[in-house]
Parts: sequence; structure tokens; C-alpha cells
Amino acid sequence: MSVIVPKSLSDALAALADNPDALVLAGGTDAMVEVNSGHRKPSHVIAINRVSELRSWTFDPVAATVHIGSGVTYAELMESPVAQLLPALAEASRTVGSPQIRHTGTLGGNLGTCSPAGDGLPVVSALDGMVHLASVAGDRSLSVHEFMVGVKRTARQPGELITGVTLPVLSGWQGYSKVGVRNAMVIALASTCLATDLDSRNVRLALGSVGPTILRCVEAEAFAAAVVSFESQSVSASDARRFGELAAAASRPINDHRATAEYRRHAIGVLASRLLRRAFPNE
Amino acid sequence: MSESVALNEQYELHVNGEARPVRDSWLGESLLYVLRERLGLLGSKGACEQGECGSCSVLVDGELVCSCLVLAASAVDQSIVTIEGIAPIGAPSDVQQAFVDAGAVQCGFCTPGLIMATHALLERTADPTEFEIREELSGNVCRCTGYGRIIEAVQRVAVSRRDSGLA
Repeated sequence: MSVIVPKSLSDALAALADNPDALVLAGGTDAMVEVNSGHRKPSHVIAINRVSELRSWTFDPVAATVHIGSGVTYAELMESPVAQLLPALAEASRTVGSPQIRHTGTLGGNLGTCSPAGDGLPVVSALDGMVHLASVAGDRSLSVHEFMVGVKRTARQPGELITGVTLPVLSGWQGYSKVGVRNAMVIALASTCLATDLDSRNVRLALGSVGPTILRCVEAEAFAAAVVSFESQSVSASDARRFGELAAAASRPINDHRATAEYRRHAIGVLASRLLRRAFPNE
Repeated sequence: MSESVALNEQYELHVNGEARPVRDSWLGESLLYVLRERLGLLGSKGACEQGECGSCSVLVDGELVCSCLVLAASAVDQSIVTIEGIAPIGAPSDVQQAFVDAGAVQCGFCTPGLIMATHALLERTADPTEFEIREELSGNVCRCTGYGRIIEAVQRVAVSRRDSGLA
């Protein structure tokens, strides 16, 4: 077994070119669970948590976007000022695991694992984020919707490293909500991210833990954009309820050891409706 | 820019201010395993080995982490502080003493992790609210105390540090 701890992006990419199928270790909060339990015996590990280029985020005020390096931790995403630029991401980050997990877990790792329950992913989906990949052969960027292929499957190719994600800074309210058995240390049974944009007057809704990957609710989004008032920040109680029903209908949950499909579908309806009422608090 | 580090079965960790060679290990071992089984530091406890319980909490470069989720070999060149490095044996830290005084220790298995988490919490927030204490200690599971006396112990340290001008 080999372990490489690169300190620069070029060293990381060179190491990955030598071993294209190496386990890329970010925070370790998913991968080490599998290693500890003996479910995974990697022959090559590249630990990227000290690659300096991946450890920072930048705000581009002209493009109104934030680029988040794949090594930025959840704890860092909860801090001002990035938390003000991307409030839903800060909120989602705060629901991840525990302080110990948030100090090492990263958004890049969340993308790499691509669990349908990854707390950062509904936010990246709702914001139509762009995922950046690099290898010694070159860089490419693709929409998160193309990047997430299935349950723990992504479009990342052997030899490629997730270097970061670019998210737009929207002008409206945004938030994240999830259901689990307690507040801390919980894998979402159902999660939702709602983001609104006052400029383009749209409402985006993404669902986690209720499909093979994160789902967007096109029908519910179109319905919300038609019925809410962006001027008075209002939505009627019945329209908010209908929005929840459309979201629940868009979910594709399964029964597993954590919850039933029926429970998850119901939870999605409640969470979606609640987030819409928070975004448009007046009746 | 420093060079990449490529490791074989022999490497060195910096634990509690000392360089500690790690020999004859499998490179996939967690930091918790190496601390306990290779370096004989038995203070950090192993229970869940999946980051759920916090009993293996240590500081890596000043950040509170679960040592079971850290690949030991990836922590070369980083400063690791375990419960053994918090205070000399026989001279407990103020946090350790407060846990004793408040009756926050019963079986004691979770205690090293909670002491580490409390030190990290008070380093960041000198005078935490009860809500902040609950959130910051939410990664440490205790099955004995019901947490009331643990929260009281944290508050005692905050008050005494403030009164003595340390905070």
C-alpha cells in the first residue's frame, strides 16, 4: 500500500496520473469508515487535505459567483462572509455530522462520494453549480446535474481530481431543511434545498435522500414561480400546501433500514412547503 | 511549496510535542489505532470507529477531529494533541478538574473525548451559552450522565476562567 500526501495541486495531479484509480482521501469521514470496517482495502491513497490550492474559496463580484475549493471544510463554509453569500450552503453545512466531522469533511468529498444523502448536494443542485475537474491531461467543468450519475456514482474519470465547485450568488431567500432522528450526527432521511432569485423571479427546489441522486422538482418550481408574489413576499397557505404535494410527487424514495418510502415522501412535502413559507412569509 | 510526502511502512508522527516513529504498521490504519496500538497512548477510546461517538477525539493542527476517521499516515507533519498531552499526569487541567468536581464522570469511557471537545470549545468561545455547549459537544456521546453535569462542568470552567482573568 502507498500513501501520498501532496502539498500542491500539480503534485496531486502527478500522483493521480501515476495511480489513476487511487483512493482520493479528502476529509476521510466517508472513506475511513469503509477502511476501518474492512470493506475497503485501498492499495494507493492520495490524501488531498493539505493541497493549498484546494483549501480556499473566492468571491467574484462581477460574475456574482463563489468558487469553493474542494478541500474547504463544512466548518469553514459556516463562517462569515461565505455564509452570507451562500446561506443555504451554510445551513446545510451546520447539519453535517458533528463539529468533529465538520472540521474535516469537505464539499469536494461530498461530491466525490455522491451519496443521495450528502447534505451539501441539494444546495449545489438547487443553485445549478458547476463542478471543476482536473487531471494532467487538462481541466474540464460540467454541471452538477451531469456530474451526479447515480447512487455514489459520478462522471469523474480515473486520474481526475475534483478541484472545486462554482455557485451563483442569488438575490433571494434560500434555505436547507432535513429530517433525521436527532439534530446532530444524523444522515438525512429526507432533505430539501429551496433557493429563490428575485432577479429572474424563479424558485428552485432540490431533494436529497429520496432518489438515486439529488432530484430537482421542475413542476413544483414552475408552480411556485407562477403563484408566489415576489413583491409582497407572499404565498397563500393552499398554494404552499400544493407546492409540498408536487415536491412529494417528484420524490422517488425507497424503503430501507432508516425509514419507509411513505415516511420520506411525506417528509418531503412538509419540508418543501415549510421552506416556501419561509421564503415568502406573508399570506 | 514543500514536497509531496510518499510513505512506506515507517513514518513519523508529531504527538504531544514529541516525534514518534511508527514502525511495522499497515498504512491504512486510522490515527486512533496507531495512537493506541502502535504508540501505547490508550487515553483516546475506540467505540464506533465511524465518527459517531466522539470518544476518540483529538486535536490535529488545533482542530477537534475524530482520530478514527484520520488516516494516520496522512497526518505526518501535523501537530497531534491527545488527552495525554492536555496536562501532566497528576496535575489535571481546569477542564479535567471541573469534570471531577461537577460529577460529570461516571463510567469514564467518553470522558477523554469530552475533555478534548471542551478544551476546543472554550478555546473558540470563552463564555458559551448552554445552547452553544450542547451544539459543540453534540459529537460526543455519553450513555451515563444524561449530559446535565457535563454542561455544568463546562460552565464552571468558563466562569472560573473569567473570574481569574484567563478568558
